[in-house]
Amino acid sequence: MAIVQRSTRHQEHAPRASGMPREFAWYLLAFLLWAAFPLARLSAQTTNSCLDCHSKLSGPPQIHSAEYLAGIHAQKGLTCTSCHGGDSSRQEPTRAKGAIAGHNRHVSRNQIPELCGKCHSNVAYMRGFNPSLRTDQFSQYQTSMHGKRFAKGDRKVAVCTDCHGVHDIQPPGDQRSKVHPLNVAQTCARCHADADYMKGYDIPTTQAADYAASVHHDALVLRGDLSAPTCSTCHGSHGAAPPGVDSVARVCSTCHVFQAQLFDSGPHKDVFATMGLPACVTCHSNHRIQHPTDVMIGTSAGSVCIHCHSEGDAGFVAAGTIHARLAELDAAMARSEDLLGRAERSGMEVSEAKLAQSEGRDYLIKARVELHAADAAKVDPDIQAGLKVAEKTYQAGQNAMAELSYRRKGLLVSVATIVLVLIGLFLMIRKLESRSAK
Amino acid sequence: MIDLATTRAWLDEHFRVDEVIALLREKTVPIHRFSYFYFLGGMTLFLFILQVLTGILLLLYYRPTPNDAFESVQYIMTQVRFGWLIRSIHSWGANLMILTAFVHMFSVFFMKGYRKPRELTWLSGIGLLGIVLAFGFSGYLLPWNTLSYFATKVGTDIPGQMPVVGKWILMFLRGGEDVTGATLTRFFGFHVALLPGLATLFVGLHLLLVQRFGISVPPNVEAEWRAKPAASREMPFFPNFLLRELMAWYIALAILGALAAFRPWELGMKADAFAPAPPGIRPEWYFMFMFQTLKLLPAKILFLDGELLGILGFGLAGAVWTLLPFFDRESSGRAQRFVAGAGIFALSYIVVLTVVGYLAK
Repeated sequence: MAIVQRSTRHQEHAPRASGMPREFAWYLLAFLLWAAFPLARLSAQTTNSCLDCHSKLSGPPQIHSAEYLAGIHAQKGLTCTSCHGGDSSRQEPTRAKGAIAGHNRHVSRNQIPELCGKCHSNVAYMRGFNPSLRTDQFSQYQTSMHGKRFAKGDRKVAVCTDCHGVHDIQPPGDQRSKVHPLNVAQTCARCHADADYMKGYDIPTTQAADYAASVHHDALVLRGDLSAPTCSTCHGSHGAAPPGVDSVARVCSTCHVFQAQLFDSGPHKDVFATMGLPACVTCHSNHRIQHPTDVMIGTSAGSVCIHCHSEGDAGFVAAGTIHARLAELDAAMARSEDLLGRAERSGMEVSEAKLAQSEGRDYLIKARVELHAADAAKVDPDIQAGLKVAEKTYQAGQNAMAELSYRRKGLLVSVATIVLVLIGLFLMIRKLESRSAK
Repeated sequence: MIDLATTRAWLDEHFRVDEVIALLREKTVPIHRFSYFYFLGGMTLFLFILQVLTGILLLLYYRPTPNDAFESVQYIMTQVRFGWLIRSIHSWGANLMILTAFVHMFSVFFMKGYRKPRELTWLSGIGLLGIVLAFGFSGYLLPWNTLSYFATKVGTDIPGQMPVVGKWILMFLRGGEDVTGATLTRFFGFHVALLPGLATLFVGLHLLLVQRFGISVPPNVEAEWRAKPAASREMPFFPNFLLRELMAWYIALAILGALAAFRPWELGMKADAFAPAPPGIRPEWYFMFMFQTLKLLPAKILFLDGELLGILGFGLAGAVWTLLPFFDRESSGRAQRFVAGAGIFALSYIVVLTVVGYLAK
């Protein structure tokens, strides 16, 4: 009894757990357990259940983990769910791809431009990844030939994934990217060089082959000059459209500034406009642009001038004069180069003359630019300056060859003297030794 | 009027010239089928004197700074009267001098001229060869052109790989971490002050030792002469041998003139420290066998660095070669054949690896 009483007393005076009623402690425990589950789920999200399964599939919709993880989206922390919805933290397929998880089983071609645009047009969102990245791709796309046709229901035209890839998208600066300058032509050619695919569009399919034979392709691919143009440089990328007759010159002038200015100042600009001829393309063609030669201007068979000009007209005379002046400087430079080369191969030091020679070549290049004004008078100052340099370097070459001849003659005299001394020494030794033998 | 006899009498009175001439007249040179090799030492000396003279003339215009070095050599080659000739003779002469020094060394080796009592003559000769090679290495950088710049970079990298002292040697040679203007000025200092001083000392010592111990006769010729004393022949050094030597010098001068006129020494392009190393960087021909060996060695031999092992190997071979007179005394026929075989191997190795180095891409 006493014991019971003591325990009752004890119950009455026992301190309440941490000052809380016992029931509250139970509630707290239950709350912590409940809260622990979502936290555990959050931490479990670091593993991507979509990849766990899709990387093991043998066919579509198989995803190559390595490829996906190397892509820019995965690197920036986006997951499958960013585009496909669903819940990649769930391991069970039915829950991961369930309706509650908002899974979009297959992103159809119809949805792609808008789906990509959802993020890429959101300035505030994109700023979080790359503040300098443009966000007008979708609106540009809508103005492009691809976008316009897409809007009309043509699903064969290119959408974002056709050029950028799907799960393995790389930033354009990455050489693995399909839109890296070195890969753009190939990417465009996948459709534009496919005659079957392009059937019905009424545009040629030779652009890729033409471009591959062009000076621009050589500069980009062979010389590795990434500033050289590829398809998107002239046609635009997201807003891709063929430049019209009136805009061709502007497109070319983004790089060939002086040529364009000179062309604008010359007689051809207005005449071409009247005739409906595109500015640069008329003489240089478009995709298969070759390295221009002096034959292109003039009155001979390879000239482009004779397509419009005929004997007797002012243009014909100007073309002939310009060609003759260019040929004169080119020949003078070649003559100097040949002589300096011979002197150099003979061991003469002609580096200063060769430096001056490169200055002369610069004048020739400048004259070749000036000819876009189609005015012989404008070409002349550079030709004259170049000829002066050529004369000087030729003189230097002649001096070097004269010096070479002088040296060889000097050597001959020296060797003859040495031979005489040797003979003298030989005779002296003989005399000396014959005397001592006696 | 001062005539020749008076001048000679005056000189003799002050410097006892007649005694020197008498000494030279007493000196004799053995005559046998290998006597031509005796010209090589004198030829090397003549080329050295030529180097000193042309070097002094080049110093009148050369400026040892990275900004001016190339331009000053270019100026010598193009503007200075006969500058091209002086520079070409200096460059070709340096190569010819190293060649004659090498041939002289091997001829002494095969004629057993290093044996007692001429151990010190051999040692001073090896010292001279080292000095001559250092002249070549330091002089190569002075025009400050692309090839010399990068070859010096590679050349100074090699001793830099040595354990313990490598880093110190590299810093000492370069005057810093990289080949810069500091390297150029210190190579210039080595080339025109330190090495000429050392060379003068060693040449003096070498000549003194040659004078003191005389010219050696190959053991087999000596044996023949012992068996048949009547066959032994010799000529006075002065004037008989000296006149012949003079002929050899004139021939060398004609060869140098022809090389300078037909193949003036190239200048190349000015060195640019920021430009990538041009392909085919290689040292001068006299270092090629070592360079090629280091290139052919695998990166690792057992647990040791291949290049390091190569450097140590050359160091060891050089030490054995230098101390040869103390190993190879009057030994048995078998030991003699072994030493001769080792010499033939060393010579063939140098020749083959040099050729391979030039043929290899």
